[in-house]
Amino acid sequence: MKKSIVFAAIAYSFFLYACGGAADKTSANESPKEETSSSSGSANATDNPSYDPERGTGKFTTVDIPVKLDAAMAANGEKVFDVKCSSCHKITDEKLVGPGWKGVTKRHKPEWILNFITNPDEMIDKDPKAQAMLEICMVRMPNQNLTDVDARALYEFMRKNDDVK
Amino acid sequence: MKKNKATQWAMAVLCLAAGIQSCKPKNAGSAVSSDAAQRAYVAPGKYDEFYNFVSGGFSGQMSVYGLPSGRLLRVIPVFSQDPQEGYGYSEETKDMLTTSHGFVPWDDLHHIEASQTNGELDGRWTFANGNNTPRLARIDLKTFKTAEILEIPNSAGNHSSPFITENTEYVIAGTRFSVPLDNSNGDVPINTYKKNFKGTLSFIKVDPADGNMTIAFQIKTPGVDFDLSHAGKGPSHGWFFFSCYNSEQANTLLEVNASQRDKDYIMAVNWKKVEEYIKQGKGKKEAVRYAHNKYSDVTHSTTSTIETSVTTIDVKDLADAVYMIPCPKSPHGCDVDPSGEYIVGSGKLAALIPVFSYTKMLKAIQDKTFDGDYEGIPVIKYEAALYGEVKKPGLGPLHTEFDGKGNAYTTFFISSEVVKWSIKDLKVLDRIPTYYSPGHLSIPGGDSRKPFGKYMVAYNKITKDRFLPTGPELAQSAQLFDISGDKMQLILDFPTIGEPHYAQSIPAGIISKNSQKIFNIDQNKSKYVTMGQNAAKVERQGNQVHVYMTAIRSHLAPDNIEGIRMGDEVYFHVTNLEQDWDVPHGFAVKGANNAELLIMPGETQTLKWVPTKVGISPFYCTDFCSALHQEMQGYARVSPAGSNVPLTFSIGTNNGPGINPVAGGDSAKGGGAPKAKR
Repeated sequence: MKKSIVFAAIAYSFFLYACGGAADKTSANESPKEETSSSSGSANATDNPSYDPERGTGKFTTVDIPVKLDAAMAANGEKVFDVKCSSCHKITDEKLVGPGWKGVTKRHKPEWILNFITNPDEMIDKDPKAQAMLEICMVRMPNQNLTDVDARALYEFMRKNDDVK
Repeated sequence: MKKNKATQWAMAVLCLAAGIQSCKPKNAGSAVSSDAAQRAYVAPGKYDEFYNFVSGGFSGQMSVYGLPSGRLLRVIPVFSQDPQEGYGYSEETKDMLTTSHGFVPWDDLHHIEASQTNGELDGRWTFANGNNTPRLARIDLKTFKTAEILEIPNSAGNHSSPFITENTEYVIAGTRFSVPLDNSNGDVPINTYKKNFKGTLSFIKVDPADGNMTIAFQIKTPGVDFDLSHAGKGPSHGWFFFSCYNSEQANTLLEVNASQRDKDYIMAVNWKKVEEYIKQGKGKKEAVRYAHNKYSDVTHSTTSTIETSVTTIDVKDLADAVYMIPCPKSPHGCDVDPSGEYIVGSGKLAALIPVFSYTKMLKAIQDKTFDGDYEGIPVIKYEAALYGEVKKPGLGPLHTEFDGKGNAYTTFFISSEVVKWSIKDLKVLDRIPTYYSPGHLSIPGGDSRKPFGKYMVAYNKITKDRFLPTGPELAQSAQLFDISGDKMQLILDFPTIGEPHYAQSIPAGIISKNSQKIFNIDQNKSKYVTMGQNAAKVERQGNQVHVYMTAIRSHLAPDNIEGIRMGDEVYFHVTNLEQDWDVPHGFAVKGANNAELLIMPGETQTLKWVPTKVGISPFYCTDFCSALHQEMQGYARVSPAGSNVPLTFSIGTNNGPGINPVAGGDSAKGGGAPKAKR
């Protein structure tokens, strides 16, 4: 056995000798996108004084909502609701998988709702109200890939459901 | 410590082995370089530089690895049923495996070729050939799904395939087995091979817009075995080169009888000229039957058509378009360098590599420097087409690829090594052993006009002691070499599925940017889509029960179904309502005689279930989807034939009406049919 180790050592040094010099290392590996992109560098919104919990995080900063309901838009929103939301949400105040929608537009600012439904993963990771809801529902709301137009229409449907005329 | 000793001992054995063979100047020292691990290492969370699409051989599938890590990223089902995702089992996908012989749920996937534009990888599709029941598949690299399978008529053993022209104008299917063609009398004595058996070369047109494949024409040839092929490129674009063996036309014990002649041939086909002949109406329409199956990402289903006609042209009617170039000893690889000037033939039993010159070939044709004919096809004099021979490169050259820096890399099966040589002066530059006996090798873009000469992978036919023993059968082995320097350096071994024949590697960025994340539910045109949970329903049509079901984290709707009777066929049409990346749902029901479904976000798939027992059969989601995945389940009640249990379905109605003890929820109230949910 000892012999073999000596031989192995010799063989190994031969390897080292023969392969010397090639020390360049792979550095061109493409990196995946960072999963969480926090502009402040803070993982939790509560640590961040600039975070607006009324607005949430996402692309909607200010949304102008007219006083009167856009009935056509609300009808489009209902179609989106049927396909993408109704499995988990009722339009009453009953919780199914997620909370019922009755009164939702009174509980949250439109910006918060639009950000939450278009950017749920980041919101659940950062927003205190979204996190509190997760503790109740225990299911992360899926990202249903809503377009901005769909999201806005859904909001109009929520308003209709909250008796805006 | 023990392990270290073992490793050193193994290395010593390796060196010894190399030493014994060192009557040839083997560069054993570079077998494993000291920083190999670092160069193959891709840190957790980092991406690989290349996608490596590898044939799965007799598994019938195509696997996708990352390079340089060797990580298995995906197995794409192509020619074989795949219970993992229900491919070939679901109602929507089973017709992908339809042929003129009926349902053929397995094939032998040999070679991969990636689509090209202007001779460069464009990352749109990969093609794969089925060697047993001759077929050709196109895989969509946006979805990594098999999009199309075309059966090849007048063929047996579609081996010389699926190589392409430099703008993917054509993909090729050449017969390994010559046979009596489909619409001739095939009931003949086998020893009438010379008289009755023919080969064919199919040129399959690829629609540049959507990839749709149609057989443009088939060239009928004398009975030989076509092995591999490659298209000309650049100046030689317009030509195709096919290696062929068994020019002896033996019909038995080919191991001996097809190895008699000193030279077989590379057949050179001027396909642009053949196109003209076809345009002039010289082709002949023949009645044949072959299946053409296409999968739609919009209807999420397969359209399977039996085609009944193909255009053929006999090689005898192709004067000035087809020539034979003698090539030593049963050639396998037939590879064209990036410039398009050099054609490398690799005779499986040869001890040299002939390199032919396209320019010299043209001149020989012009000057009629012929050496007789083979069954009427002019044979170009070997020396007249030869650029030169690589002398004493090794034993049994099989396949060659190129690094774009003037070098070629050839595998040697018999002497178990890869040899790097210079195209210009045909000098051997480096050689490195492989473990053991490589077939094909692959360099990213290595058969295109623009190779990315950083890595080379050898796909070995024999594994033996390279991995921990796993009984009589071992995984096949691939070996990754760094070829960025003068010397090839082994940096990684990794096991592969099935038998890897050919492979293609594509820079990651060309593909990843187009990779689709979901199917848009709004564009789901499945006949059986359920657009939202409100639309979920169960319908009876005679003895068929159609369940229109939705899946979303984390429930199936409906999840209580009653009124199914023995003798019924139940079709679960499951629509995944998710619109988020990487959230498929699975579906399985107890006792189903097939497999599960795996339904991508926005997709609809159907599982057929014929109940075999009266009672309650559970069904559930098989792919972990959320914290409440284990709750994603339901029940189907099966009653005896003739039972008058009415057909009903529901979700959320617990323990019957009126006795619902669920805390926090009168949510089930008024449950009943899902429609009543509001």
